[in-house]
Amino acid sequence: MSKTRYSGFKVFKEALTGHKGWEPTWRDAEPKADGYDVVIVGGGGHGLATAYYLAKNHGITNVAVVEKGWIGGGNVGRNTTIIRSNYLLPGNEPFYEFSMKLWENLEQDLNYNAMVSQRGIMNLIHSDAQRDAFIRRGNGMLFADAGCEFIEAKEVKERYPFLDMDNPRFPIKAALAQPRGGTVRHDAVAWGYARGASDLGVDIIQNCEVTGFNIENGKCLGVQTTKGEIKAGRVGVCVAGSSGRVMAKAGIKLPIESHVLQAFVTEGLKPVMDNVITFGAGHFYCSQSDKGGLVFGGDIDGYNTYAQRGNLPVVEDVCSGGMAIMPMIGRARLLRMWGGVMDMSMDGSPFIDSTEIDELFFNGGWCYGGFKATPASGYCYAHLLATNSPHEVATAYKLDRFRRGAMIDEKGVGAQPNLH
Amino acid sequence: MIINHPLLGPRDSEEFVYLGSADLIKRPNNWEEDASAEDFYQYQYIRENIAGDHRELWYHEQGDQSWLVVTRNTLSHEILNVELAQDVSREIGRGK
Repeated sequence: MSKTRYSGFKVFKEALTGHKGWEPTWRDAEPKADGYDVVIVGGGGHGLATAYYLAKNHGITNVAVVEKGWIGGGNVGRNTTIIRSNYLLPGNEPFYEFSMKLWENLEQDLNYNAMVSQRGIMNLIHSDAQRDAFIRRGNGMLFADAGCEFIEAKEVKERYPFLDMDNPRFPIKAALAQPRGGTVRHDAVAWGYARGASDLGVDIIQNCEVTGFNIENGKCLGVQTTKGEIKAGRVGVCVAGSSGRVMAKAGIKLPIESHVLQAFVTEGLKPVMDNVITFGAGHFYCSQSDKGGLVFGGDIDGYNTYAQRGNLPVVEDVCSGGMAIMPMIGRARLLRMWGGVMDMSMDGSPFIDSTEIDELFFNGGWCYGGFKATPASGYCYAHLLATNSPHEVATAYKLDRFRRGAMIDEKGVGAQPNLH
Repeated sequence: MIINHPLLGPRDSEEFVYLGSADLIKRPNNWEEDASAEDFYQYQYIRENIAGDHRELWYHEQGDQSWLVVTRNTLSHEILNVELAQDVSREIGRGK
């Protein structure tokens, strides 16, 4: 194992020597016969981050990440790349702010360019009631040291003249911004964590689907996979989107439904927006990628599905949301659209917890907010897997919280997953 | 998706509102049976979340206001069967 350190000097040197010195970013591994201390099921952003922090923070390096496809081929490669920590409730906000702080140092920590861009995120406000609600949220953010900025309509208009300030249904009255929010190059997050974990000794095993769990006397001893049995001291499932299917193999039912969320990108345009703008009332959020495409998304389709594709009515709904606040988007042509499967939980909040089976742990239920949580999710899941106790910012993410009446319902819509 | 309504024929799924699993018909009750808090917890929060043929409730809000039980494949979105929820309820001894 030789770790190539990335730097401007290295790029310069390779440019002069025909790029012959680059090595594979991570080591592709096969399962070890004598098993692992920890097996993580799912090689997405959260799974790879978990492996990285297990090795880095807890010195547990005899770890495998098993992935049914290729790493980063699921939701970490399918989201709209937004990071923010503008939550309201005490169970959530410290966790997401912890994640934001990890994002801020991620590239230095991993020595990997993930294009973390704190370009700011701006939530639009359309009514007095919404203004009150957002000011309350802003206070919640200030309590958690997340920072926020209230922007009056005049300034919103000055900064973003393309917004339709006088839309008859949703006139823009003000905005709540989080200047530290922004976007991150999503694939690079998976690759950066994979590289970091691999360099610390973690085995990343691709094309290895988990087909079952070896459970004896209420204790998980390992996993069965398409590459044979893998013994494990501890198993951490981390497959949001497929949680229902994977946990069913262990006989566990979850407070989760699987739904599809679609995302879109237009053809490349010249720079028009330097931040992330969200239109919560119509559920539309948009940013401009470094290649120039407007990346945007909206609501989930609203019916249970495991298909990574949605239907046309939601395409129309999302695009009309875009037209309502930034009519200029109508001049751009859609280049691509895609879908990802979301674990929609019963209160819109995630789970990082042990299960009723010993040595089997669960991380999931991220709804459509999992990307921004990637570093903290990995950090806290690693803490749980290493110490068997929850990290202090993730104590609320228990699987039994509905039984105890302790739900974390940001939106306040109750046990109706397609409305979160 | 086109839902073949038993009374109205093929209708666009956009006319409907989706609720969730058809298991929601089987609400526990504690006036005839001894339903526990645990039964209500399981009913309200825990889902089978099936990957495959899923029976689910759709409400024809912009149509005849009927509730339907649609059997739909959650991997392919193919709709295999549509029944009136009223009939399904009666079959399991609920409703009138």
